[in-house]
Amino acid sequence: MNKDLITLTIDGQKVEVEKGTTILQAAKKVGIDIPTLCFLKEINEVGDCRMCIVEVEGRRGFATSCIQTVEEGMVVHTNSPAVLEARHVILDLIISNHSKDCLTCTRSGNCELQALSTKFNISNIEFEGQRLRHKIDDVSPSIVRDFNKCILCRRCVAACKNVQKVGAIDCINRGFESCISTAYDKSLNDVNCTNCGQCIQACPTGALHEKENINDVWPKLKDPDTYVIVQTAPAVRVALGEEFGMDIGTNVTGKMVTALKRLGFNKVFDTNTGADFTIMEEANEFIERFKSDDNLPMITSCSPGWVKYIEMNYPELLPHLSSCKSPHEMFGALLKTYYANKEGIDPKKIYVVSVMPCIAKKFERQRTEMQNDGMYDVDCVITTRELSRMIKQANIDFLTLEDTNFDSPMGEATGAAAIFGTTGGVMEAALRTAQDVLTGEDLKKIDFEQVRGEKGIKRATITIAGKELKVVAASGLANAQKIMEEIKSGKADYQFVEIMACPGGCIMGGGQPIKNSKIRSEVDVRKLRADSLYSIDEKSIIRKSHENPVLKKVYEDFLGKPGSETAHKLLHTKYYQREKYNI
Amino acid sequence: MKTIQEINEIRKNKRKELDLRVNTKSDTREKHILVCHGTGCTSSESPKILENFRKILKEKNIENVRVIMTGCFGLCAKGPIVIIRPEDTFYAMVKPEDCEEIIQTHIIEGNRVERLLCKDIDGKRVQSLDELNFYKKQKRIALKNCGVINPEDIDEYIAFDGYKALEKVLKEMIPDDVINEIKNSGLRGRGGAGFPTGNKWELTKAAVGEQKYVVCNADEGDPGAFMDRSILEGDPHSVLEAMIIAGYSIGATKGYIYVRAEYPIAVKRFQIAIDEAREYGILGKNIFDSNLDFDVEIRLGAGAFVCGEETALLESIEGKRGQPRVKPPYPAQCGLWGKPTLINNVETFANITRILLNGADWYSSIGTEKSKGTKVFALGGNVNNIGLVEVPMGTTLREIVYDIGGGIPNRREFKAAQTGGPSGGCIPKEHLDTPIDYESLKEIGSMMGSGGMIIMDDTKCMVSLAKFYLEFTVSESCGKCTPCRIGTKRMLEILERLCDGKGSEMDLYRLEKLASNIQKASICGLGQSAPNPVISTMKYFREEFKEHAIDKSCRTLECKAISKITINEEKCKGCGLCQRACPVNAIEGKDREKRVINQSKCIKCGTCLTNCPFKAIGN
Amino acid sequence: MEENEEAKQKRYKSKCEHKDEFLESLFVTYLPIKDNLIQMLNEIQEHYGYVPSDVQMKLSEFLKIPMAEIYGVVTFYSRFTLKPKGKYSISVCLGTACFVKGSQKIMDRLKERLKIEEGETTNDGKFSIEAQRCVGACGLAPVFTVNGKVYGKATVKMLDEVLDELEKE
Repeated sequence: MNKDLITLTIDGQKVEVEKGTTILQAAKKVGIDIPTLCFLKEINEVGDCRMCIVEVEGRRGFATSCIQTVEEGMVVHTNSPAVLEARHVILDLIISNHSKDCLTCTRSGNCELQALSTKFNISNIEFEGQRLRHKIDDVSPSIVRDFNKCILCRRCVAACKNVQKVGAIDCINRGFESCISTAYDKSLNDVNCTNCGQCIQACPTGALHEKENINDVWPKLKDPDTYVIVQTAPAVRVALGEEFGMDIGTNVTGKMVTALKRLGFNKVFDTNTGADFTIMEEANEFIERFKSDDNLPMITSCSPGWVKYIEMNYPELLPHLSSCKSPHEMFGALLKTYYANKEGIDPKKIYVVSVMPCIAKKFERQRTEMQNDGMYDVDCVITTRELSRMIKQANIDFLTLEDTNFDSPMGEATGAAAIFGTTGGVMEAALRTAQDVLTGEDLKKIDFEQVRGEKGIKRATITIAGKELKVVAASGLANAQKIMEEIKSGKADYQFVEIMACPGGCIMGGGQPIKNSKIRSEVDVRKLRADSLYSIDEKSIIRKSHENPVLKKVYEDFLGKPGSETAHKLLHTKYYQREKYNI
Repeated sequence: MKTIQEINEIRKNKRKELDLRVNTKSDTREKHILVCHGTGCTSSESPKILENFRKILKEKNIENVRVIMTGCFGLCAKGPIVIIRPEDTFYAMVKPEDCEEIIQTHIIEGNRVERLLCKDIDGKRVQSLDELNFYKKQKRIALKNCGVINPEDIDEYIAFDGYKALEKVLKEMIPDDVINEIKNSGLRGRGGAGFPTGNKWELTKAAVGEQKYVVCNADEGDPGAFMDRSILEGDPHSVLEAMIIAGYSIGATKGYIYVRAEYPIAVKRFQIAIDEAREYGILGKNIFDSNLDFDVEIRLGAGAFVCGEETALLESIEGKRGQPRVKPPYPAQCGLWGKPTLINNVETFANITRILLNGADWYSSIGTEKSKGTKVFALGGNVNNIGLVEVPMGTTLREIVYDIGGGIPNRREFKAAQTGGPSGGCIPKEHLDTPIDYESLKEIGSMMGSGGMIIMDDTKCMVSLAKFYLEFTVSESCGKCTPCRIGTKRMLEILERLCDGKGSEMDLYRLEKLASNIQKASICGLGQSAPNPVISTMKYFREEFKEHAIDKSCRTLECKAISKITINEEKCKGCGLCQRACPVNAIEGKDREKRVINQSKCIKCGTCLTNCPFKAIGN
Repeated sequence: MEENEEAKQKRYKSKCEHKDEFLESLFVTYLPIKDNLIQMLNEIQEHYGYVPSDVQMKLSEFLKIPMAEIYGVVTFYSRFTLKPKGKYSISVCLGTACFVKGSQKIMDRLKERLKIEEGETTNDGKFSIEAQRCVGACGLAPVFTVNGKVYGKATVKMLDEVLDELEKE
């Protein structure tokens, strides 16, 4: 007998699992789905909500199945009358202190509390009583907090404090008065929030959601005097389909483009093209710095959550940050200059909408540096989720749509740009260009496996043109913090650092389709979406940014060369030290 | 730094010097005036009394008399207390201005100050402490030194066998011997749950870990219990010594004591004890040349009842919100900073040195079959002798209330005793003869708890009492788990409805349903036991709950919204005393006529009730 | 002279930063580790009579703990307060022993007279009311305290007299 295997009985079924398995996991093995609410695999395993309680024979009180591990010979009942009654009471209590306006809730239909209420057929509340009322915080350009819908599962706190090591929100007060809030109950805008939106991804209800901007877009689409251009980020195309019931990670680029055209956008362009510009500028910037050994390591700046984080937490390291704007901002700037000029459109009439997997982009968009000639580069940012809502509201049957291609000329992009959406992707894309530029050759070895994969920190040493290059790609702000501390203490000898604020990169951004706790326990969402991006890359004919013909033309006709004065004016930006708290 | 020899020398000399403290027949010519410096007496000016004594003695050039501050004598209601040894004279409610007379009459003239002698329940003034009924049935083990020694003088502690147990352990016993001795003694945790202490030590010793910790839980949160505070104030070294012994036994080198910041005197005295012990080399490296390293630090609580729960306490020591952890794993495996940790309460520790010096057999000969030794109770509420009592396990409630406590004041009836505080329950009259031990209390729906024992007379409304405890739980719930956070709030809301006459019979059903589910589903002991006060009062006083729910009436005057005072026509003799006493002129009627209460004016203060010589007024 | 201007600036700057000696010494006494949070907050509460927001911010920098977490700890423990207490902080013990002896009446009277609720301070900053859970003077029940001084075996009349006296000041 294997001593690391444990046999137990759950609801009369014998199950053999490895030592250290939780009762919840063991139950899953025999097809028993114990309800949970506060549980979020590897992020929040605390047993607070008590939904997952089970009876263990011989044990006083209930066991907490989401965290307590199996023991040899254990006899577990997940649906005994006592457990059912307690679970019912707990659910009743949670709902008694929850606003019940499901009809007007953004999470209706994708709410874990609603699902449980349906499952338990809660038809009336037995234990009605006082409800805590809170005002809604919608000051932040990215996140709306509605504590009236909070069930105090603390998944958001775990995501913010433990996963991201930001800690903008925490549990305050005590007992019934407990709530999740910021210091002094300030708006998220006035505290150290980076707008990454991982809290939204963690929230089982509608207590946290993005600041919706689709109502800014609808009128523009109908306005004949506005030329509305939409651009879509790489990560959107491998997640949008999920909102229409498609498999996680399905690449729906073609359908998405068709849907956008049907929505009435004048042009549907690809942010990936912008990403190729970013690589050109960033690779160039890197080569310059590398040659002069100036401000190394260079750190990427595509992730606006990350940029806000470093501005608040490591202002002394700001010179290391690449001065490149993020792809959609670069792209927006080019659309309102180069493209407008070329097509003879008054740039003031152009309205650029970015569809992003990210809610921090909503914050980034309105930074004062992100404008040129008094015009913002990008006029509106909507998330993957918001786009899906627009498509639904426009009565478009997404699943039956034909595939079409992005409009030209600004719709052509490389495989390098596609992988921008996942951690390690920006690094890999930049290395592809950098090695060609440094060696002056057209190198065939372009897959950098060292910086791919699920790890939060991926270090690699790469030899280019006989020189050793130490690089690191980190995703998730906790990992970013580790790398920054290494750099700060002088222990690090990296030359190039890629940081993405969200764990896993943009594909796991705060604006992506929300996956409930159960799916997140059973499926590796990140991997499915990332694989899809890598497969786009693999299938691409052009896989190096500098080989993109659109780029070549724009540089020839307009920008000159990477790092030129025009490029600097339009495609680069500045950073500022930022106060963490405005209290 | 002191060697064992030097400590033994101190013990020998000091013991002789302090013989008069415990020996009434001591032939010394010295006198010790002991002035209680527990929190109760301190707040009624005992430091001033001490100062006055010293000043007068100096003025009068009296030698051979020493004035000493001590810990609590237990009979707090009679404070400030002054005891003169060796004759053991017990002066109660002494005021600073009485010092002059005590010195003159007692010390100089050799007579007792009759008017200050403590009165027993029968009204007689007693000559010496041990004549008091209050002390007769007590057996002081944990409180042995309280009121005997100066807690701020390590030498006095040493004189009464202090650090002798530690010496014995280090010289003669291996850790397993110590643990076996504790196990054989039958000592169980005095914090409330009653887990066998020896087993806890054994589990922590067996746990794998480089670093282990000893933690003393002195976050006495039960409102109405103050034995831990008294022990820390009166005999801090006994706890410290036990912690060192625990460290030796389980293999820990570091100890923490988590004390409520609301106990400044206890904190100060314990810090003095730590400093003294460090100076003598009893704390620190290589204690008594035994290779044992151990040190203790104080951590202050900041006002959260839930931190008395062991895992919440650990969170708090780690600098976090005091939110309990799900058990298992237990602290013995995974405690402070994830390391194996032994947590015992103050009173538990206070028993350790006594057990080791007198033997497990001696200890286990006291008490009942499953509950050994003694238990300290903080006796309070409607009872004559309010204070701290230590009795052998198995003493009946009746003995505590009537023999030690001196019965119920104002000739009222005993209605219930509440033990275990917000986690415990009410014991009604029919269970007065229940022996007090862990099992018996549990059986009748209460629990030992940390030892608060509040006596209630028949003027107390049991629904209000349940509401009081729920108010406490709701405001002290940490808010982590759903049943406790929302469930207790809902229970309180129902009880509020009942007390306001807005409840229904359905509410009683709801209360019970909530109670049983909160008990089973909450994470920690606080939540699991929060419904106990409701469950036990509903069990024994269901009629009262029904009256509130259905008849919308309260038989006492506590639920003002639904109580009504009336004068019994037959019993009223028309004396008019009630009328004169009524503060709002709500009683109408002329001389020698029967009186009537104008309900619209009545504020239900109950003054008339207490003033009626014929018991004609009731509700 | 140019140099003088610079010196002036410097002086002005240091004045703006206004050194808090208490905090400075606190940051010397304690190591910047998270475990010390509650101990330090206890000292801060003791020193200022409450936990000011700028002190929380400095503590956040020193201990490298997010402000929200510190605020969460401050609002968890009832000993810590976010606002300064009144000149006279009056606490009524609502522990069981005192409750059974009628301390609620004292609390009700206190609230009635000062026209504020538990945890509040009068507009003139003179009085604040706290509910306390057992001061450990159960033998003297019911008790209330004024700035820590215990008034035992309290009655409404006694409270009125104490308040009358304090109000005169």
